[in-house]
Amino acid sequence: MGKITLSNVRKSFGEVDVIPSLDLSIENGEFVVFVGPSGCGKSTLLRLIAGLEDTTSGAIEIDGKDATTLPPAKRGLAMVFQSYALYPHMSVKKNILFPLKMAGMDPAEAEKRVANAAKVLNLTNYLDRRPGQLSGGQRQRVAIGRAIVREPAAFLFDEPLSNLDAALRVNMRQEISELHQTLKTTMIYVTHDQVEAMTMADKIVVLNAGRIEQVGSPLELYRAPANTFVAGFIGSPKMNLLGGAAAEQVGATTLGIRPEHIDIVEDGPWRGVVGLSEHLGSDTFLKVNVEGIGTLTVRGSGEIPQRHGDSIALRPQADKLHRFGPDGKALK
Amino acid sequence: MATEHSRTAARLMVSPAVILLFLWMIVPLGMTIYFSFLRYNLLNPGMETFAGFDNYYYFLTNAAFWDALINTVTLVVGVLVITVFGGIALALLLDQPFWGQGIVRVLVIAPFFVMPTVSALVWKNMFMNPVNGVFAHIAKSLGLQPFDFLSQAPLASIILIVAWSWLPFATLILLTALQSLDREQQEAAEMDGASVLARFWYLTVPHLTRSITVVVLIQTIFLLSVFAEILVTTNGGPGTASTNIPYLVYAQSLLNFDVGGGSAGGIVAVILANIVAFFLMRMIGKNLDA
Amino acid sequence: MARKTTQTRKAVVTIAAWLIGIVIFFPILWTILMSFKSEGDAIKAPLAMLSSPWTLESYGEVQARSNYALHFWNSVVLSLGSTLLALLIAIPAAWAMAFVPGKRTKDLLMWMLSTKMMPAVGVLVPMYLMFRDLGLLDSRIGLVGVLTLINLPIVIWMLYTYFKEIPGEILEASRMDGASLRSEILYVLTPMAVPGIASTMLLNIILAWNEAFWTLQLTTSKAAPLTQFIASYSSPEGLFYAKLSAASTMAIAPILILGWFSQKQLVRGLTFGAVK
Repeated sequence: MGKITLSNVRKSFGEVDVIPSLDLSIENGEFVVFVGPSGCGKSTLLRLIAGLEDTTSGAIEIDGKDATTLPPAKRGLAMVFQSYALYPHMSVKKNILFPLKMAGMDPAEAEKRVANAAKVLNLTNYLDRRPGQLSGGQRQRVAIGRAIVREPAAFLFDEPLSNLDAALRVNMRQEISELHQTLKTTMIYVTHDQVEAMTMADKIVVLNAGRIEQVGSPLELYRAPANTFVAGFIGSPKMNLLGGAAAEQVGATTLGIRPEHIDIVEDGPWRGVVGLSEHLGSDTFLKVNVEGIGTLTVRGSGEIPQRHGDSIALRPQADKLHRFGPDGKALK
Repeated sequence: MATEHSRTAARLMVSPAVILLFLWMIVPLGMTIYFSFLRYNLLNPGMETFAGFDNYYYFLTNAAFWDALINTVTLVVGVLVITVFGGIALALLLDQPFWGQGIVRVLVIAPFFVMPTVSALVWKNMFMNPVNGVFAHIAKSLGLQPFDFLSQAPLASIILIVAWSWLPFATLILLTALQSLDREQQEAAEMDGASVLARFWYLTVPHLTRSITVVVLIQTIFLLSVFAEILVTTNGGPGTASTNIPYLVYAQSLLNFDVGGGSAGGIVAVILANIVAFFLMRMIGKNLDA
Repeated sequence: MARKTTQTRKAVVTIAAWLIGIVIFFPILWTILMSFKSEGDAIKAPLAMLSSPWTLESYGEVQARSNYALHFWNSVVLSLGSTLLALLIAIPAAWAMAFVPGKRTKDLLMWMLSTKMMPAVGVLVPMYLMFRDLGLLDSRIGLVGVLTLINLPIVIWMLYTYFKEIPGEILEASRMDGASLRSEILYVLTPMAVPGIASTMLLNIILAWNEAFWTLQLTTSKAAPLTQFIASYSSPEGLFYAKLSAASTMAIAPILILGWFSQKQLVRGLTFGAVK
């Protein structure tokens, strides 16, 4: 079980409100990702759920029981830290065994669980090593192993992949997703990387300055961002957000159009000059200086010929325009 | 960065240390203050009478006090100067590559492990003794009159002994600091055309400031209370020539059995030390940002 | 990175360094050499002394005349006892200050260190009288207490600087893993801080072993450690050079050997972790 409910949770450090007041409900078995720029309060929110920080006010419920003042050890949650936080003086086996030992579990049963976890995570051959002798990816797996043996109500991940190199990150991302499919346990995952959020989450919670900007499935957020912040944060490259005449034409303060929703055409409403072109092989990203509008990012197919200095015409796909009002909220 | 649980635990965990240190500071100090206002002689117990500030008056107007004050300062400053400059020079030397680094380091660090009573006795008898000491033998073999260090220059001799004990400490800390010096920075400065001297002055010295602070701080703490070296060499003499404040207080209270006077002296010592501490604490507060 | 140094330069540095090293070490060397001479030979001029026959008679006399074993044992009990006691009090305190810092943590540390600045003479009289009235004069238990207290601030400071280097996330991980505070300190923090605790211990043992104010004031014979044992040679026996040397050698040898073997940890300890 792992249903977590936050009601009116507020956190301030002295005078500073890090999290002004927030309600959130996480269903059992869900993979929830907290995403936002650094300093948005996502890690603090995770630490509040973990019990590593006190809430200033409000209540946290885990599986229907009030956990607001419970110490972390009593909440039945497991956490994987950004730095892995392995115990450097213990072997891999002892690291994974540690939570079970703390719980006073029968040694035979504990051994069995550790062996099981090691098999799932491909760590069987490394059980006698110290964390210092492992690669980054292996350490990450040990940290996950330490979390899963306890069979917690929910897993908390605090930017677990940010210390890994790009290739490994993609692998671990998939492993964690697969793990979730196998275990079907609630997972709460904090990241600043919207790609991780999009690829892993059942439900994304976009945070900004301690506030929830939007909650929804990855595709909901992509298709219908609730405001300019979410619009700019989800999707890569970023959505073009235009003000001025272009927006006024459609009756909005800000007009949003994703790079992949602008077509390069023979003749179109927007004409401009290519500033920068990035040919990635599969895609091409162009920065186009459009008269009267500004710089637009445009995504084209991999083998378009345009280069720096070429003049081109662009046409936005009419049904993919996002309109935002003066308060930044999406207009219906 | 913490919860109410951990803050409560922290207060609980830190309190034994705080309470013990507080009691250690306040109880004897309170008693000292109390005694300092009494006419109290250990030879006539039960005859204590209130003395007001008499004890302070006698202690402070006693010529011995001013001698002791000057001697204390001379001792601290003298040893600090020798060990800091000597330590820098030695550290620079030992930082160069040479054969047998490990052994030489062991030789240099050794005096730090020698207890004060031993070092004082060894220097007093085996080296500074005007008849049988090594120095006397050397002087005689050169046809010179042996010099009686401890009666002719008692304070300087004690400074020498104490400096010998503390030189290894300064050297080791400064050497450790030197070894952490950024070689690339040095090379960059060399590429920029800085001379050896300029590099020393603009790169090495600032780098060492922090460790010099540590040396000065720790040594001052210990040097202000040098006692054993004086007790076993000169007994503060001749006259008061090598009496420092700790020794003076000891003599007053336990040799003259004048508890009142000794206590007044103790309080004066505490006040003086606090003045020094105030400046030192400010200095390290800046440099030792924890 | 290292540049090639010319061999001549290296030779010059070698000679200078060895020369200075030997000069600094000379008093200790001389004492050790002299302890193996007879009284008559010990006061001869240096060269005559060196060429005189070697003997162990001084050690025998020191042993016969005083109870070295007792004083040695006292020194061990005092330095080890006070160090362990100080660690017991300091580890929780340093944990609190390093991992749950508050606004006043730094002031608290400064205050603790400032108690070290209080000159011992300031409290000599009441301490002496209290010890006398409680029957603690010349007792090991009383002195262990005093040595614990005078070194406690340094122990806390050193542990604090070591603990600061340990990432707090690891302790948080142990909390998430269900560890109680006791388990957190016992199974996670302490094992991780072993190098730091070891150098703290070493430095503290040396400081306590060589402490020569309270040990001289508060003991006379029964509980007297080696500092007092040596001080008893100050006069008039001081003139018996060979015996004095033998006694001195025996007093400093244990700590000298301990210190040499643990040089690395010691240097780290000595600098309060302030110099890396």
